[in-house]
Amino acid sequence: MATTHSRTLAQFMLFPSVVLLLAWMIVPLCMTLYFSFLDYNLLSPGTEEFIGFLNYEFFLTDPAFFESFFNTLVLVGGVLLITICGGIGLAILLDQAIWGRNYVRIMVLAPFFVMPTVSALVWKNMLMNPVNGLFAHFATFIGIEPIDFFSQAPLLSIIIIVSWQWLPFAALILLTAIQSLDREQLEAADLDGAGPFSKFFYIVLPHLSRAVTAVILIETIFLLSIFAEILVTTSGGPGYESTNITYLIYTQSLLQFDVGGGSAGGIIAVIIANIVAIFLMRLIGKNLEG
Amino acid sequence: MGSITLKQVTKSFDEVNVIKPLDLEIRDGEFIVFVGPSGCGKSTLLRMIAGLEDTTSGNIEIDGQDATSTPPAKRGLAMVFQSYALYPHMSVRNNIAFPLKRAKVPPAEIEEKIASAARILNLGDYLDRKPGQLSGGQRQRVAIGRAIVRQPSAFLFDEPLSNLDASLRVNMRLEISELHKSLKTTMIYVTHDQVEAMTMADRIAVFNAGVIEQVGTPLELYQYPVNRFVAGFIGSPKMNFIELDTPQEDGATCLGVRPEHIEITESGGLWQGKVGVVEHLGSETFLHVQVEGADTLTVKANGDCALRYGDDVYLGAQPNKILRFDSQGQTIANG
Amino acid sequence: MAIQSSNKSKIIYTLLAWSISAAIFFPIFWTLLTSFKTEAEAISASPSLFMFDWTLENYQDVLARSPYFEHFWNSVVISLGSSLIGLLIAIPAAWSMAFVQTKRTKNLLMWMLSTKMLPPVGVLIPIYLLFRDFDLLDTKLGLVIVMTLINLPIMVWMLYTYFREIPNEILEASRMDGASIKAEIFHVLLPIALPGIASTLLLNVILAWNEAFWTLILTAANAAPLTAFIASYSSPEGLFYAKLSAASAMAIAPILILGWFSQKQLVRGLTFGAVK
Repeated sequence: MATTHSRTLAQFMLFPSVVLLLAWMIVPLCMTLYFSFLDYNLLSPGTEEFIGFLNYEFFLTDPAFFESFFNTLVLVGGVLLITICGGIGLAILLDQAIWGRNYVRIMVLAPFFVMPTVSALVWKNMLMNPVNGLFAHFATFIGIEPIDFFSQAPLLSIIIIVSWQWLPFAALILLTAIQSLDREQLEAADLDGAGPFSKFFYIVLPHLSRAVTAVILIETIFLLSIFAEILVTTSGGPGYESTNITYLIYTQSLLQFDVGGGSAGGIIAVIIANIVAIFLMRLIGKNLEG
Repeated sequence: MGSITLKQVTKSFDEVNVIKPLDLEIRDGEFIVFVGPSGCGKSTLLRMIAGLEDTTSGNIEIDGQDATSTPPAKRGLAMVFQSYALYPHMSVRNNIAFPLKRAKVPPAEIEEKIASAARILNLGDYLDRKPGQLSGGQRQRVAIGRAIVRQPSAFLFDEPLSNLDASLRVNMRLEISELHKSLKTTMIYVTHDQVEAMTMADRIAVFNAGVIEQVGTPLELYQYPVNRFVAGFIGSPKMNFIELDTPQEDGATCLGVRPEHIEITESGGLWQGKVGVVEHLGSETFLHVQVEGADTLTVKANGDCALRYGDDVYLGAQPNKILRFDSQGQTIANG
Repeated sequence: MAIQSSNKSKIIYTLLAWSISAAIFFPIFWTLLTSFKTEAEAISASPSLFMFDWTLENYQDVLARSPYFEHFWNSVVISLGSSLIGLLIAIPAAWSMAFVQTKRTKNLLMWMLSTKMLPPVGVLIPIYLLFRDFDLLDTKLGLVIVMTLINLPIMVWMLYTYFREIPNEILEASRMDGASIKAEIFHVLLPIALPGIASTLLLNVILAWNEAFWTLILTAANAAPLTAFIASYSSPEGLFYAKLSAASAMAIAPILILGWFSQKQLVRGLTFGAVK
């Protein structure tokens, strides 16, 4: 529904965004691809040589790869599960008539504004520290052994921290979605004799599906590349117990200066992300239409 | 000046021909109405004249100049949209001033023109309000005001009254007609409502499936429709069609007669039937008569008609009021 | 009866909502509180809520230990700069997608979004090397470029959803009124979309302010924003809870306050048009 004139103009106006993103995507990606076939270490510059798929072989046969791949999935899945379930519960609660809803909303929203490095540090030292953390104090107070979160359950600890950061986001989107639910539908369900559970499963939950899709999409984008939380808390350890793909590649390329190996890892991360993306886009294409 | 000529104009979206090759001469100063069912291409054609849609082939000439590929801003036309399309962030005054500011009219002159538009359209009290604070009718007036200050060579109206309630629509219809009489500017008016078309138009173009079926004055269309589509579209209630089992000798396979031309007789008419639903409107009465061997015929009778459901009636009509259509749906000329 | 029971449920829901939200807010609250304690009190095994000697010395120590205001300024420049430049690039693109829709629009949008899914590690090394070669490492300009690019898809998407709520007829009306494309965008589109543009800007400032992958990797001292400033406290020498709290408070306070003041606009922007 437009004229040739406006279509030409539109293409012209799209141009900067498309070119920039294309450059941002293609140029470094090609370089990464190129490096991934080289024996390239920053510590011994000038000795690069083509070694074929050796980097990939090393990366893929490294047990650390499987562990961190698995960790990545658990991290993303765990955080999604917690934030969406918690978000739905919180959204339903905040949708009720309560006093001081604005203050409640401000408090719930707050973690979203906290930068990852800060939240990781605060949780690590002030809450989860086995000696001086508040949780440890509390455990001692009620007479049980304090848990050393980051050595006993490093991945879970990180999941808890990241979930805390993303819960507000999920809750808020879902709250907005619930508020857009047509009240007459619920009244009609009341007249049809529906109880609270059937109302939730047959009316509220289907209504939320679009918003849940959006939450999954946006959170996954950010969760796949969780970095700062790991860097600040466990540095991926103990062993590789809390290393995700992003962190693994970081340690390989920038800490061990193995550009070739890191690049191969990067390409593999891109492939994994693409698989996830295709899956997500399918989901979105279906659910975000119209 | 505001004559617009369409020469072999077509429009297609993705291989679908929305407008088939079409010629139309719109004369300077006339009020022409494009009427037709939804999806017939009338709005698309209006948007093509406006320049908001490309013309796939053919030429659009405005005042003798080829304007087929002129951008909308340069065509010197003004448009009133169905949704009014007022600028929500501007006061009424600024909405009306917007086209003048774009044309770099000096501020003093803008003030003058706003004042005169406000006078014509009774907007004086609302000039400093935002569109959101106005009623539907007032918004419509602002939209018209925004159009007239530019002194365009033609006004384009795209179903401007369809968002208004019935009584307001009648008022606005009169106001637009009066505006046309005083401005004497060409107006092209798109509607699906044949009553609007009949009451406002100098000439009507009846659209159907991307073609113009007939162009003419309201009375021409009413009296001499060229085909069954036009005959059925113009006039309210709709014309009655009686399919014939065997063609007449002139080839007619269908007869058409308007409800107001059917006479109710005591005995011996063309048709015999039983009265169905009776609609009393006070000034007139519509009878839906179930006729043997035909469908239901709508009959217009006097307001004090005493016939009731189930009564037997005979119906007749003067031969010269009966239209005959051939198997193609074309009207067979009398004579 | 009915009123009584609904009042009762309101009390229950209110209590529940307040305790849960207090629990969610607690880590931030505790950090703020600790930042005013002495180090001894901060690690005390029986921490007290308000009954301690309030002190500002932690803030003084943090300011003395590291150039907070420099980091703060870097954060402002990087987040605001990248968001403003991003807007300049994203607004025309969003205009095109929202008002001149073609069959490719949806795919284009999905493609832009998919670049956001590209894991930063996939391009980490080339960007690092390119930055090294172009002397962009540890510069504000370099980070502004990166932040603009990584947030561009989100900006285009948000603006697109806002623009789509504006009826096309209003823009067509402006064209009929003789407006050039410049006038159409500056006098009609932008003023109408201002709330949407503001929330896009806000959200991206927040995202850029908190971004902690590129800011940690590409900066050292000169251009380090607050994310890097606070990360320096993760080293053992930073294990003083009160000072850590003070530094944390200083790092998050600006954006927390900005977020709270603009939460109404933000909430709308955050839904990315997924919720009408």
